[in-house]
Amino acid sequence: MGEFDQLYREVILDHYKNPRNHGLLEPADAHAEGQNPLCGDEISVSVRLGEGDVIEEVGFDGRGCAISQAATSMLSDLVKGKTAEEVAVMPKEALLDELGIPLTPVRLKCAILGLGVLKLALHKARGTPLPEEWGTSSRDLVLE
Amino acid sequence: MFFGRATAAFEGARQKIRAFINAPEAREVIFTRNATEGLNLVAYAWGLSNLGPGDVVLVTELEHHSNFVPWQYIAKRTGAAFQMIPLDENGELDLATLDALEHTGDIKVVATGLVSNALGTINPVQRLGAWAHERGAIIVVDAAQAAPHRKLDVQALGCDFLAFSAHKMCGPSGVGALWGRAELLEAMEPFNLGGHMIRKVEFEETTWGDLPHKFEAGTSPIAEAVGFGAAIDYLDAVGLDAIEQHEHELAGYALTLLGELPWIELYGPPPERRAGIVSFNVTGIHPHDVAQVLDFEGIAIRAGHHCCQPLMRKLGVAATNRASFYLYTIPEEIDRLVAGLHRVKTSLG
Repeated sequence: MGEFDQLYREVILDHYKNPRNHGLLEPADAHAEGQNPLCGDEISVSVRLGEGDVIEEVGFDGRGCAISQAATSMLSDLVKGKTAEEVAVMPKEALLDELGIPLTPVRLKCAILGLGVLKLALHKARGTPLPEEWGTSSRDLVLE
Repeated sequence: MFFGRATAAFEGARQKIRAFINAPEAREVIFTRNATEGLNLVAYAWGLSNLGPGDVVLVTELEHHSNFVPWQYIAKRTGAAFQMIPLDENGELDLATLDALEHTGDIKVVATGLVSNALGTINPVQRLGAWAHERGAIIVVDAAQAAPHRKLDVQALGCDFLAFSAHKMCGPSGVGALWGRAELLEAMEPFNLGGHMIRKVEFEETTWGDLPHKFEAGTSPIAEAVGFGAAIDYLDAVGLDAIEQHEHELAGYALTLLGELPWIELYGPPPERRAGIVSFNVTGIHPHDVAQVLDFEGIAIRAGHHCCQPLMRKLGVAATNRASFYLYTIPEEIDRLVAGLHRVKTSLG
């Protein structure tokens, strides 16, 4: 397999060109925005929670590279049916395994931007502090 | 006499830099870590003592952060106003705005790049310098993107300070040079303090050494400076005029080829007023993806904001792709760039 096909796997290109759950939900139970100031990727995420804080619907909007947009699209499918509590502490490896592509440190930040924003939305909604790795003081991600 | 040999090589490099920029005197050439440090030196050592409320520091919308952020910061610290010469639609400085900017206070500093690292725009530094001097202001030139690519003459440019880095000129990283007019450097406070920059140290008081040592505290990057000199020998042997001509032809060729593609957006001035830099976007595809796919094809470009966030805001984009050409670039590589962009378009578009 060539380098191109390793990174831009068919499933990645599919999510990039046909993003799932695209568009923000109105109203929503949780919402957050974030950006990667180094490359200008932007993601907004909104979530609707059902009984027992189960994630029923996720909607996202954003602009940026294929990796950041495809990863957020895949994430939005991945977390449906899980509880907010589960997702708020979900390790990034869970998403990276799903992506299944080799990432340089720079592209890794693209890949996990959506996850950071989703976690922020859930922590905000639950009133719990964001884990340190997603702290707003990080130079890599600006979460609002 | 290792000591003597090292000093001779180090000072020899200073002489080469003096000749390279046609500076009147070698003592006006200060070794720095890079252009950024040279520009900070001026912003701090000149700016802190010469700026205050009612004064205006003027930068350009095209500026690299290294000649933008220090001035923004020092203006804030001193209470001076911070203003920006805006760009026109071609990515060139809109000098018609100078009259209006003059009414914002006493113009004290004009800080500008000679060549834009992001668009390749060649700025009218001579004209800006004359305008600044008529108003009693100084002009500080970031020549990091100009020094490798075109002949520099600080006297013909009519500037007061000029900074550049060796690592953009086939030289080593970790060394750069700041040139300043002797009378200004002599009147300035020091920047870094410590060893080597003193005349006499007593408990009550310390006096400063002569130029250039006053601005070279601590052990200098001696090996790097000698490497800087070797890079200048190399560039002189090739000839800066030949390099400029070569890059000009490449930029013109690239602009012609890319201009034929309706899905490419080009930024910057026409070829006659730009250096060997072509900044562009592929419609609908993020520059990081463009650069990544080109990288797979063996083509290295830069994708990002190029340390020019005010410019990106003006262009209304988060980032651009930038192809830059130097003396080793050949036209076939531009053909490969164009072929690579077609691949980007078909695979990600």
